[in-house]
Amino acid sequence: MARQGVLVEPYQRLNQEQIERIHQASLDILADPGIICFNSDAAEVYGDFGADVTPVEQEGPARWLVRIPEKIISDTLQAAPKVVKLGARHEDNCLILDGSEPRVRFASGSEANNWLDVDVETFISKRDPAREADFPVFRVQKGTVDRLAQAAHLCENLDSWDSFLRTVNIQDDDINDENKDVNKFFASLNNTTKHVMSGLTELAQLDNVVGMAQIIAGGEARFKENPIISFITCTVKSPLQLVDDTTQKAIEIAKRGIPLVISSSPQGGSTAPIREEGMVAQINAEILVGMALTQLVNKGAPVLYGSVPVRARMDDLNDSYGVPEFSQYNIDCVQMARYYGLPCYSTGGISDVNVPGIQASVERLFSHILVTLSGAQYIHYAFGLLERTNTFCPIQAVLDNTHIDMVKRFVRQPSITSDRVSECLEQVRRVMGTSHKLYVRFVRSALRSGEVTPSYPFEGKGMVDETLLRARENMEQMMSQPPHHIDRATIDRVFQQVPGLLPRLREY
Amino acid sequence: MTEDIISLIRENVIQGRVTQDDEGLEEEMVDQPGVTELIYKALDQKVDITDIINRGLTEGMGIVGQKFETREYFIPDMLASAEAVGAAMEILEPHLASSGIKAKGKIVMATVKGDLHDIGKNIVTILLRGAGYTVKDLGNDVEPQAIVDAVRQENPQVIGLSALLTSTMTQMGDTIQALKDSGLRDKVKVIIGGAPVSEEFARSVGADGYGADGFQAVSIVESLASGAGS
Repeated sequence: MARQGVLVEPYQRLNQEQIERIHQASLDILADPGIICFNSDAAEVYGDFGADVTPVEQEGPARWLVRIPEKIISDTLQAAPKVVKLGARHEDNCLILDGSEPRVRFASGSEANNWLDVDVETFISKRDPAREADFPVFRVQKGTVDRLAQAAHLCENLDSWDSFLRTVNIQDDDINDENKDVNKFFASLNNTTKHVMSGLTELAQLDNVVGMAQIIAGGEARFKENPIISFITCTVKSPLQLVDDTTQKAIEIAKRGIPLVISSSPQGGSTAPIREEGMVAQINAEILVGMALTQLVNKGAPVLYGSVPVRARMDDLNDSYGVPEFSQYNIDCVQMARYYGLPCYSTGGISDVNVPGIQASVERLFSHILVTLSGAQYIHYAFGLLERTNTFCPIQAVLDNTHIDMVKRFVRQPSITSDRVSECLEQVRRVMGTSHKLYVRFVRSALRSGEVTPSYPFEGKGMVDETLLRARENMEQMMSQPPHHIDRATIDRVFQQVPGLLPRLREY
Repeated sequence: MTEDIISLIRENVIQGRVTQDDEGLEEEMVDQPGVTELIYKALDQKVDITDIINRGLTEGMGIVGQKFETREYFIPDMLASAEAVGAAMEILEPHLASSGIKAKGKIVMATVKGDLHDIGKNIVTILLRGAGYTVKDLGNDVEPQAIVDAVRQENPQVIGLSALLTSTMTQMGDTIQALKDSGLRDKVKVIIGGAPVSEEFARSVGADGYGADGFQAVSIVESLASGAGS
């Protein structure tokens, strides 16, 4: 069994002709102007397979202009797996991402520096000192290993949160670039039985992280069958530049056959054209070039089409996730991934504002609904992110879980069978035979089966919006659930064999 | 045997099964007799009617109320059970007098003149019947004079008036005035309910009570009918 997510009838923003036009535009971009590659291994690989590779004479680090012919893209698209399994400690939590099936799962994301706590304080009215009311107040904290572990525990307890992407950047005093990777993966894996995905800080730590995952999964062979971790690399710096560091990580991860997201995040209006045809043609080219590299170094390496297109704000050129263009770009990318048959790692559910509230709910729900309707196999950034992607708020994640559940209920396929229609006709006849003409008691079986959506769980009783207060109570209840840690013997083996783990993470 | 049928009636009230066609909440109940069939059977077997009412219907409804309080049950469950009790009381009504059982009370319900919205009034009617009252439902768009006539004819303890529209809620005051003009106002209590009305509005039109929802309406009727609210 695997997590089922929700199967949708995908909303098609682009028609077939438009998809093919964008595909051709991406191929044209890869041929002319091509990409600037800062990684020598990648330049060599592209050259070996027929790309036109020319050194660029310029001050600074070495770079090559790589013009990629259509054949490399078509051959590697053929080689790339169309179904990718993301394993999990508890195998019922694994995800089977099938590029041809519009089945949507939801994950967290970013590596936010900030963690936002919500406290409750009682305020007294200035006009009427006898009037008191409780309101949320916000406290920004920095991301730590402990908070990352708390987020993983929350993920474990929220039903719609299908996969854990590291939520916060761990900035403890005893964390450095050399030990960050093993500790962030361990803290995550030890607190959720769902799939864990993250970026890699140091390439030198790759084998330590993989070794740890193999021990936890039950050995090298078991890890191959059930890859409980995967990686994200943003190989491209938009526009069209392959970064040395992340490209090398992609090569090494692909060589090891571990699931990998090739993501690109151009900003419409600054690092990509603002109009969707230009934005999508460019990001598609950027993702295809990364995908091609993984297949050239290891044919059949599991790879996800990672599209994170955003739009620039016109007042400060920050990313803007709340605008409708964000959803348009993302839906287009999902369609491009489906055109290639590749599973899509897409983006939705983020807001530009710093705190939970009306703006946050409107902006994130907008893309939650629309990107879900597109049928992306894996939507990241879907939980708890605020201030674009700079802050993770666990209470916002609780709210997102509820909102995603509502979206999932909405997009579910109708089930209008002849049996159900007959049952309804019988109800109509029975109700019309009563004096009160009410269907209320026939609600019961649908209510008990979970078919009927419950009322909004964070609704207040008075004339004050109590959403955050109620969500906070719900979060505290979730956090008090017993953790699903890795068994003690396995943890002992991990600590014996994997260097760099903080001893305090062993105690719980 | 008596115990068996009483407990079956009680269980079917809890399950909200009016007839054997109702599925209830548990699969094993499907196709088993519902409250209606069981009441007829109990009458055939000459089971004491007081026992049927007290230990079957009332105890069952009490358990339903507890389940509602603890959020195990929802409004649809409550109404299904109330409907089952209402159906049972309708069958038992002709036998009450001969069994020496005093009827709990009579209520007249109506949606006021000009208003066709009767969902709220119907829900209150079901709940009142479920609570053991005899309810005369006059329907919707009911003229004040028709209500006056019903009071004369049915001699109820309480009238329940319902309205959904702000444009028809004023009819509640007119109806109460019509009762006063007919000299009947002191003989009957009047409660009102519906989306646009409030406790304050109830006071302003001279009603005796206001039910914010169906359950509150039943509770006010209980209080007024027993005289506590006089």
